[in-house]
Amino acid sequence: MGKEIRLSTHHPLLRYILQWADNSLIIGHRLSEWCGHGPVLEQDIAMTNIALDLIGEARNLYQYAAEIEGNKTEDDYPFKRKENEFYNCLLTELPNGHFGDTIVRQFLYDTFHYFLLEELKSSNDERLSLIARKSFKEVSYHLDFSSKWMLRLGDGTEKSHNKIQEALNDKWIYSQEFFMASETDFIMLDENIGVDLSAIQQKVNDYRQKIIKEATLSIPEEQFFQSGGKNGTHTEYLGYILTDMQYYPRTYPNTTW
Amino acid sequence: MDKKNWPLFEIFIRSKNGLHHKHAGSLHAADAEMAIQNARDVYTRRLEGVSIWVVESKNITASNPDDAEKLFDPAEDKIYRHPTFYELPDEVKHM
Repeated sequence: MGKEIRLSTHHPLLRYILQWADNSLIIGHRLSEWCGHGPVLEQDIAMTNIALDLIGEARNLYQYAAEIEGNKTEDDYPFKRKENEFYNCLLTELPNGHFGDTIVRQFLYDTFHYFLLEELKSSNDERLSLIARKSFKEVSYHLDFSSKWMLRLGDGTEKSHNKIQEALNDKWIYSQEFFMASETDFIMLDENIGVDLSAIQQKVNDYRQKIIKEATLSIPEEQFFQSGGKNGTHTEYLGYILTDMQYYPRTYPNTTW
Repeated sequence: MDKKNWPLFEIFIRSKNGLHHKHAGSLHAADAEMAIQNARDVYTRRLEGVSIWVVESKNITASNPDDAEKLFDPAEDKIYRHPTFYELPDEVKHM
């Protein structure tokens, strides 16, 4: 095949971009798995629309990354890296499950994503702030969408309430990894490019709390939270995701779009 | 998901440069708010519109196609109802 892709570990900006892009790519990919399988036509379309938004955001970021590295194209990042070279948070890898599982996962991501982009709009890095500003409008809609579904399902029938509560209990342990700052996060924050994660953590959790309460749900009492994604240590799921995502370009290395 | 109780909504979209909402289609939703969200996802993907109206189908009363003859045919030959016999002077030719 071609030459091995080696990430430059001396380049915090690159790593920061990938942290952000990989989150949207992986959860976007998960959402795309719903295509043709949604419970209702309109939700099938809604989820795949959101997937397109997220993958589009990831593309913008990978294009920027490719320019920075110089010897890559945007496609190298999703299609040629190994599991331990991805820096997405673990939540994004979790399987779709039923519609309620997907909504809870999406809600937990959208809440973080929204407040992250709100800050990134004023990043010192002009390109990142541009990408953030474009995506912010899309993410505002995603947050509205997932919040409303949390309310409908939580404050719905007894059956929907129980299913969503169970989904929330399952996934809450993955809800705080976003705020655990990596070395990259600290470096980027110093340069006013990145975001102070501890500052947005409160806003995000307050918002989540508000919706969860309004949905007549409860937050599980959790002392320990899963992490590892930002260091390239992932759940077993990522391997299967990449096998799907990378099958074609790895099998036919010279295919073009 | 028990969709048996979801009412049908008619969706009307006004385009960016348009003056009125046009009927775009219909969909099922649990309530009007959800209908707007669904309409946004389904009927505005290609920027077909910038404004959405949803109306429960049961609230729309339509004329009966069988009555079309007696309702609309009489208007066909009443040309005096159209403003076509005025000659516009040049001064107002852009009217």
